[in-house]
Amino acid sequence: MEHITLLLGIVIITALVFDFTNGFHDTANAMATTISTGALKPKTAVAMSAVLNLVGAFMSVEVAKTISKGLVNEEGIQPEVIFAALVGAILWNLVTWLVGLPSSSSHALMGGLIGAAVASAGMGAVNGSVVLTKVLIPAIAAPLVAGLAALLAAKVTYKLGDKVGEKTSAKGYRAGQIASAGLVSLAHGTNDAQKTMGIITLALVAGNALPAGANPPVWVIVSAGLAIAMGTYLGGWRIIRTMGKGLTDLQPQQGFAAQTSAASVILASSSLGFSLSTTHACSGAVMGAGLGRKGGVVRWSTATRMFIAWGLTLPAAALVAAGAELVMRTGDIGIAGVTVFLVASCFAIWIISRRQVVDHNNVNEVEPAGAAEPEPGVVTTAMAAVTVPPTAAAAAAAATVADDDLRATIPAATTTPAAPAAAV
Amino acid sequence: MKIDWEALGSVFGVSLSATVALVALFTLGLVGLSKHEAATEQGGSATLARSGAYACFALVTAAVAYGIYLIVA
Repeated sequence: MEHITLLLGIVIITALVFDFTNGFHDTANAMATTISTGALKPKTAVAMSAVLNLVGAFMSVEVAKTISKGLVNEEGIQPEVIFAALVGAILWNLVTWLVGLPSSSSHALMGGLIGAAVASAGMGAVNGSVVLTKVLIPAIAAPLVAGLAALLAAKVTYKLGDKVGEKTSAKGYRAGQIASAGLVSLAHGTNDAQKTMGIITLALVAGNALPAGANPPVWVIVSAGLAIAMGTYLGGWRIIRTMGKGLTDLQPQQGFAAQTSAASVILASSSLGFSLSTTHACSGAVMGAGLGRKGGVVRWSTATRMFIAWGLTLPAAALVAAGAELVMRTGDIGIAGVTVFLVASCFAIWIISRRQVVDHNNVNEVEPAGAAEPEPGVVTTAMAAVTVPPTAAAAAAAATVADDDLRATIPAATTTPAAPAAAV
Repeated sequence: MKIDWEALGSVFGVSLSATVALVALFTLGLVGLSKHEAATEQGGSATLARSGAYACFALVTAAVAYGIYLIVA
């Protein structure tokens, strides 16, 4: 029994880490346009988003109760499988954050679950048609719906509002953006914090610490809410920069149109039962709003890299999770190995990220100029490898980095545990 | 394999119309407010413009409240 408790502890902590990465990965969804148009100061924006995420986490447990229903057959679920799924999802979130690309945390989690379940119980553990209807179609539909809505809304607001005085316009669009960004944050808290609650509850049930069909205990709700709020407050500045400045240049009118579209799409989809990813909806809305202004352009090279990341999310997380699950078959040593691998990878990614710091000071600078940087030493030294300036050449370079990181990640999942095995 | 085209279609329709309607209402509110402010600066008043603006903002606020209700429920 001791063993199960320890493993369960690791799974719970890992789930909270995933929740944390989910928070800072998705800050951009709610706040990127608000920050890039100057409606809120960067720190204020992430603080507001964090509070609303926390509030949202306490609002309902409906999503948590239905987590993973239908996608994976629950009989095959062991704590190890959930752990493997989380490893895949966390690593994918961190790699995409490193290269500054928005991608769906939910897809990463689903991919992880699928990969781990297949490795553990064979192909029969996954419902292929559910993957298509719940993952692929929404991934294509969300940006189209949100983009079209934002495009039309931006056109409408430019057409109707061309006589609005400057002062009124500045104040008005600022308020509008803050309100719609708040709605997106709140919806994110209810949806995504609950996914983690659902995962932890699932792990507790799988580890026989809770009876089947139990509701998430209070401590699970509190810790999941706090983890996502802290992640949000940390702010995934790299992704915020890509979404707010990299994809297109937004004026307050467009920012407002984009956020309103994103909020409408998210709320409509979740209440009408065709759930769409927040990230996909927001990215689509930003691009649509970018095209909605006369002379507005979308930087398709950045957008293409983002679409590629979306396509890779599920298989990449699945592969890593499957590798982790296979390694863990070897028993305690395997579990220790995967844990060490996860911690080491997170640390390595963090180290790489320090080579070029993106934070609240330079989030709105598309191509950081050395002179304007508060820390010229740190920033200017290592722009080459992991920077995401939206120029075509550099974009291509960064895309290769993404792929290399990915390739480096997947095989490593199976090789690293050799080290601790040897050590033991 | 069954794709719920109906749900997808309604998400499409509802999001599109809600977004455009909300943004249009909000912009009209700003237009009214701007007229009112311009009028007060010149010493006059534009009551109709101001009332219209407030009506628009009230509708937008109601929509936001409904959005919060959807999140909670």
